[in-house]
Amino acid sequence: MCLAVPAKIVALGGTSATVDMHGNRVTVSALLLPDAGMGDWVLVHAGFAIQKIDQATAEETFSLIGDLKRLGEMVDEPVAEPNHA
Amino acid sequence: MSIWFEWIRMRSRLAEVQISLGRLAQAAKTVGRKMIFMEVCGTHTMSAFRSGLHSLLPSNVTLLSGPGCPVCVTAQGDIDLLIQLALRQDRPMTICTYGDMIRVPGRDGSLEKARSCGADIRVIYSALDAVRLAQRLPEREVVLAAVGFETTAPGTAAAISEAKRLGVKNFSALASHKRVLPAMMALLDAGEVRLDGFMCPGHVSAVMGWELYRPIVEKHGMPCVVAGFEEHCMAAALALLAEMVRDGRKELINAYPEVVAPQGNMRAQELMDEVFAVGDVRWRALGTIPGSGMIIRKEYADFDAAVRFSLGMPEDHEPAGCICGKVITGMATPHECKLFGTACTPINPIGPCMVSSEGTCQAWFKYHRVGVKRAGLEACTTRGIA
Repeated sequence: MCLAVPAKIVALGGTSATVDMHGNRVTVSALLLPDAGMGDWVLVHAGFAIQKIDQATAEETFSLIGDLKRLGEMVDEPVAEPNHA
Repeated sequence: MSIWFEWIRMRSRLAEVQISLGRLAQAAKTVGRKMIFMEVCGTHTMSAFRSGLHSLLPSNVTLLSGPGCPVCVTAQGDIDLLIQLALRQDRPMTICTYGDMIRVPGRDGSLEKARSCGADIRVIYSALDAVRLAQRLPEREVVLAAVGFETTAPGTAAAISEAKRLGVKNFSALASHKRVLPAMMALLDAGEVRLDGFMCPGHVSAVMGWELYRPIVEKHGMPCVVAGFEEHCMAAALALLAEMVRDGRKELINAYPEVVAPQGNMRAQELMDEVFAVGDVRWRALGTIPGSGMIIRKEYADFDAAVRFSLGMPEDHEPAGCICGKVITGMATPHECKLFGTACTPINPIGPCMVSSEGTCQAWFKYHRVGVKRAGLEACTTRGIA
């Protein structure tokens, strides 16, 4: 539940912000981060931007999520029959 | 081009892990005795198992999972209350929950089972979704199942405060938010688990600031390192912890400075203080820990589902044979549970540690299969299911 995703703010309007989250445009709340600005990288947790982060960190997390996705695809592939011997 | 970039980055991350593990091994060798560290975050639990970090640790270093999975620490009584609310006949109810919670068994079924009986249960991503839903469904009572630590609590506070501002009359929250520090202190005060240091949760710290853990260092003289969630961050945190043990240093180190500031997110803390007061809450297996939770203040009582629906507190009933309580306090590993991997599996979970994707039992089941009991598998094979 504490998994947070880095995203880049691409539009701001009132207390909500549109972020680019790995290619997806998602509207999140900026209520908890009133000083967030356009182009800032933020950590998004359960629909709220909770902290600003630097870009290098954000890209690093994305690559981890990419790893997870690839891992998920590998798990979906049929696996060999378990050896009961 | 980008493949090379990826390759170089992967190599550099692997190198970072190797350097940290080397430092850890050196420190562990000098210390000699067994060292036990504990993380208190479900995301750390998953990351450590997924990356295979446990198998790379020196033989005298153990990383335990503490009470850090929000689903796992939620008292069964709180789940029973949600199910009771969902099944109420006197007015139309809608329960909004984070996805993790929907399959957790209460005394009589889960929210998922309540939904299959016709109850209106919605999975939401953000607490504000529940307020928007309440606006769209004025004829229904919308209740947010507000669980979690200081990462989700600001969201609930924001939702309650927005509902008040917008005058939404049919929204309320059944809050059982928890504070991570009192749980860590209670574990140490109980003295049942001997620990050498804490790996502190990065995202709770992003909200609360890393100074939060100062009392652990000062009162219990225990090294603490705030860690990020990737394998190299966790390996580095373990190396720092082991080196502190070796040198007899009792310090608080922030190893996640790119996200965690000393004071955290002040706006989030203000909002939490405005809506919640510190109070006593129940934890699964740990009982009621004084000052360990966040209770909705009287000024916001209209949005407190416990007040609005005059809810009592049902007793907790742990499922027979389930040792989730011992697992979340680091006193037992899933293997010591008779149900693990046999009666209790991710598809048919009995205890919350198997339900949650961040639970220790589910992590063991998915990533630590060496020695998983074969009884369940064999039973399936003989019955011709496998």
